[in-house]
Amino acid sequence: MVPPKKIKVLITKVGLDGHDRGAKVVSSLLREAGMEVIYLGMYQSPEGIVKAAIDEDVDVLGISFLSGEHLVFTPKIVSEMQKNQLDDVLLIAGGTFPAEDIPTMEKMGIDKVFRAGTLTDTIIQFIQANVRG
Amino acid sequence: MARSKQSGELIERLFAGDRLAAARLITLVENETDKHHEIMRQIYPRTGQALIVGITGSGGVGKSSLTNHLIKKFRDQGKTVGVVVVDPSSPFSGGAFLGDRIRLQRHTQDDGVYIRSLASRGYLGGLSRATNDVIRIMEAMGREVIIVETLGAGQDEIDVIHIAQTCLLVMTPGMGDDIQAMKAGIMEIADIIVINKADLDGTDICIRHIEAILSIGSFKEGDWVPKVIPTISVASKSENLRGIDELMDAIAEHQNYLRVTEAFEKVKFERIEQELGLIFKDELQKLVFKGLKGTGKKKKYIENIMSGNGDPYSVVDEILRTYILQGSDEI
Amino acid sequence: MIKQPPQRDGGPNAGFADSGQLRTNLSGLSIKTSYCDRDLADFDSARDLATPGEYPFTRGVHKEMYRRKLWTIRQLGSLDSPAKANERIRQLIDMGATGVSICLDLPTIMGRDSNDPLAEGEVGSCGGVAIDTLEDMRDLLSGIALEEISINFVSNSQSAVILAMFAAVAEERGIAWEQLTGTMQNDILKEYQAQKSYYFPPRPSMRLTMDTIRFCIQNMPRFNPISISGYHLASAGATPVQELAYTLSNGFAYVEEGIKAGLPVDSFAPRLSFFFKAHNDFFENIAKLRAARRIWARTMRESYGASDPRSWRLRAHIQTSGSSLTAQQAENNVIRVTLQALSAVLAGTQSLHTNAFDEAFSVPTPRSEKLALRTQQIIAHESGVTNTVDPLAGSYYLEALTNEMDAECRKIFKEIVALGGVLSAIEKGYYQRAIADAAFNYQREIETKRRIVVGLNAFVEDEDIEMQLREPETDFVRKKVAGLKKLKSKRDNRQVNEILKEIKTVAGGTDSLMPTLIKAVKSYATLGEIIGVMREIFGEYCENAIY
Repeated sequence: MVPPKKIKVLITKVGLDGHDRGAKVVSSLLREAGMEVIYLGMYQSPEGIVKAAIDEDVDVLGISFLSGEHLVFTPKIVSEMQKNQLDDVLLIAGGTFPAEDIPTMEKMGIDKVFRAGTLTDTIIQFIQANVRG
Repeated sequence: MARSKQSGELIERLFAGDRLAAARLITLVENETDKHHEIMRQIYPRTGQALIVGITGSGGVGKSSLTNHLIKKFRDQGKTVGVVVVDPSSPFSGGAFLGDRIRLQRHTQDDGVYIRSLASRGYLGGLSRATNDVIRIMEAMGREVIIVETLGAGQDEIDVIHIAQTCLLVMTPGMGDDIQAMKAGIMEIADIIVINKADLDGTDICIRHIEAILSIGSFKEGDWVPKVIPTISVASKSENLRGIDELMDAIAEHQNYLRVTEAFEKVKFERIEQELGLIFKDELQKLVFKGLKGTGKKKKYIENIMSGNGDPYSVVDEILRTYILQGSDEI
Repeated sequence: MIKQPPQRDGGPNAGFADSGQLRTNLSGLSIKTSYCDRDLADFDSARDLATPGEYPFTRGVHKEMYRRKLWTIRQLGSLDSPAKANERIRQLIDMGATGVSICLDLPTIMGRDSNDPLAEGEVGSCGGVAIDTLEDMRDLLSGIALEEISINFVSNSQSAVILAMFAAVAEERGIAWEQLTGTMQNDILKEYQAQKSYYFPPRPSMRLTMDTIRFCIQNMPRFNPISISGYHLASAGATPVQELAYTLSNGFAYVEEGIKAGLPVDSFAPRLSFFFKAHNDFFENIAKLRAARRIWARTMRESYGASDPRSWRLRAHIQTSGSSLTAQQAENNVIRVTLQALSAVLAGTQSLHTNAFDEAFSVPTPRSEKLALRTQQIIAHESGVTNTVDPLAGSYYLEALTNEMDAECRKIFKEIVALGGVLSAIEKGYYQRAIADAAFNYQREIETKRRIVVGLNAFVEDEDIEMQLREPETDFVRKKVAGLKKLKSKRDNRQVNEILKEIKTVAGGTDSLMPTLIKAVKSYATLGEIIGVMREIFGEYCENAIY
């Protein structure tokens, strides 16, 4: 039987921030929705994240930001993805940041930013509607 | 520029060692797309030369930390490494939490290491249906050593034994694993038994116990008797690690044993035998269900049996007769 | 897709009368329709409550509580640069704060200097102050009356170094160490369990903790060398009863360490302090602290043989729940904070931090911060709840809930003991797993609307968010890194190298590191350099990742 295509998601934190409750909970809920989730954990660098995304050929890359570092790391991650031709990978971000930074982050290249408190169904629906293939 | 999906081009790049190509091909093969067979046909000639190590054992024994060390040691020897880690899919949602990569962090920046996580996708045996294929792809990529890490919680998850040339079973002292494993005879199937967390109480007893079991095993003259290696794979200071070099030596010894005796040919035979069997079973099932799909026949067969007319064996015999053996287009 | 329960008429924003909504509290305990005297059948109020200020202190650690002295109004006073943080602290004191909490930025938390490559993009993060050297500590505390204002350093793995800097600054200013008041969070066990900002393995970490505790009881009797924290466990997902049980058992683990180190229990137990969270369930917060006081008192006296009543008294700082704040309809957070603060006061806390309503976005503005502080002042001076001690005592519900949390807590103690104690349970991933499961369940309850969060999964609105947020200090990082470079070129580097070598020697032995660390910070060794050499001797802790 040809299995339906599984959506592969990479969830990660970046930099020194160690608040991982949200990333872990979202990972578990995406798994409950039938996705295959790789949780990369804390203290990742942009290069390491994109390398993992390539090797695992993920459909979605999700970054969790909770300590104000989103504007510093977003361009680095986006540029690393572009360098490696990962344009069809969906890039999403979640966490705590000023609302006014959200348009900036999306302009920098994030496909969708989800503020903390967003219900997981919203994230799931977005992924299913926008994932490649 | 979007990445090319042309499998021919991907395969060329794979042979050149391109990891993006490898990643894409693995996906195409794992998802059993229509290019799957063609891809495997093309790459197969370039496979069969890698050193394949399998690592199995219950959750929490430290498989990943050992994998970490083995990767480093092989890299120190100048070898390129591919790693396949398999995690179970949820039988309810079909999703999976692939949580092994997070433990193999030390090699994120090393181009000589390629790691891929696979979900079991309903396949029992500790691996996934695609594991064999993925290993072959990594071989075609040029990886000289391939490490396959699986979940081996029970006695059923032993498929890794046929896939790997050298199979490591990892246990920790005092968990009663030695009794369980003995019941399954698994100790006679693993080539190296690793007693990890060897600083814990009960290590010596555990080792002696296992050696005793091995001594009454039915090994013939010239057989490989599994080696027992105590290790400490996690320590806050590297000088407190233990047994890693001995483990590498044991692996080398086993590999040497395989080549010197005819065991290597036997291992190669068994690997292909298992591959053939799996692919065959899989394809046959796919064929039949593809034929039945949409015809409503499967439902009718089952309803017949429910109402007392016939049995599953007669149904299968009939399908085999009409469809497979007589080459009919329709079931 | 997450399965939803069937919708009632009226659509998703109708009131949820009964179907779908839980009648359990956050700890999963069932709440009855009403409580009466039968629920307290074998309750002995003399034994289980006593009077305030009397063993077992269920009703409060002092006889007069707020009638004599209000709780410490302790707000967070840190910001990226030491100079700006100092300004903020002084503003808070002017507004009426009697205590201050200092948070560190992520690089400092992780033991790295502002010029460390790993620190890029994160210096001054999260409203934490970047402390690299003694100079930074000096700037941070400039002009603040250290004998009057209680300083709470939210510092853990680097506490010994921060304490050394604090001691050195006090000495410079001619303030006797005996006069210093405040707290060092310094709770390494909860790092392994939840917050994860550890460096060294448990053994050396405990040794450092003991060094700091010993130093304080000998030299800074008014300073709490440790604040055993449940807040972070709760933020990571622990339920209130888990928070209670894990925190207390961590506390007992420290007591055992101290006794093992040869300290008489009454010499240090009086200075152990606690830090809990006030989350959404009003009565659960109150019951939790009352149960905590009772369990601590009884265990200290009966199991550890403490004979000084001060060893039996559990003193606590409480912070309102950051994780309960929503970015959606952020003004609702003012109400949340008020209710949580009120429950903390009714619970009898010694010190209270109220969050600002915009903290779901960013570090607070002076305006939102002021509102948070005024919340405490209005409770204190206008609500009347401070006129008598433990006003809710005798409530059927509250006493029954306190008893139930007490009992549930002891069940968890047994589990931890069965696993071989706190350190062993950490190794086995017990806390991490339980906390991750609790976090997951909580989120699931919200997703399935079995737990309502106003503005998030009910009474949702499309909003135009117009918020005034705090402006980050421009150019701060460049100036900080430049300042660090300059300092390093001006100091006596030969002396610094000698001292770093000395740290390695002392770390390898059993003597207290504190005197050497004080010497080191005075010679302007940086925090990163000091932690760096300690890492060489102590090693680094690797966690088995658990979900």
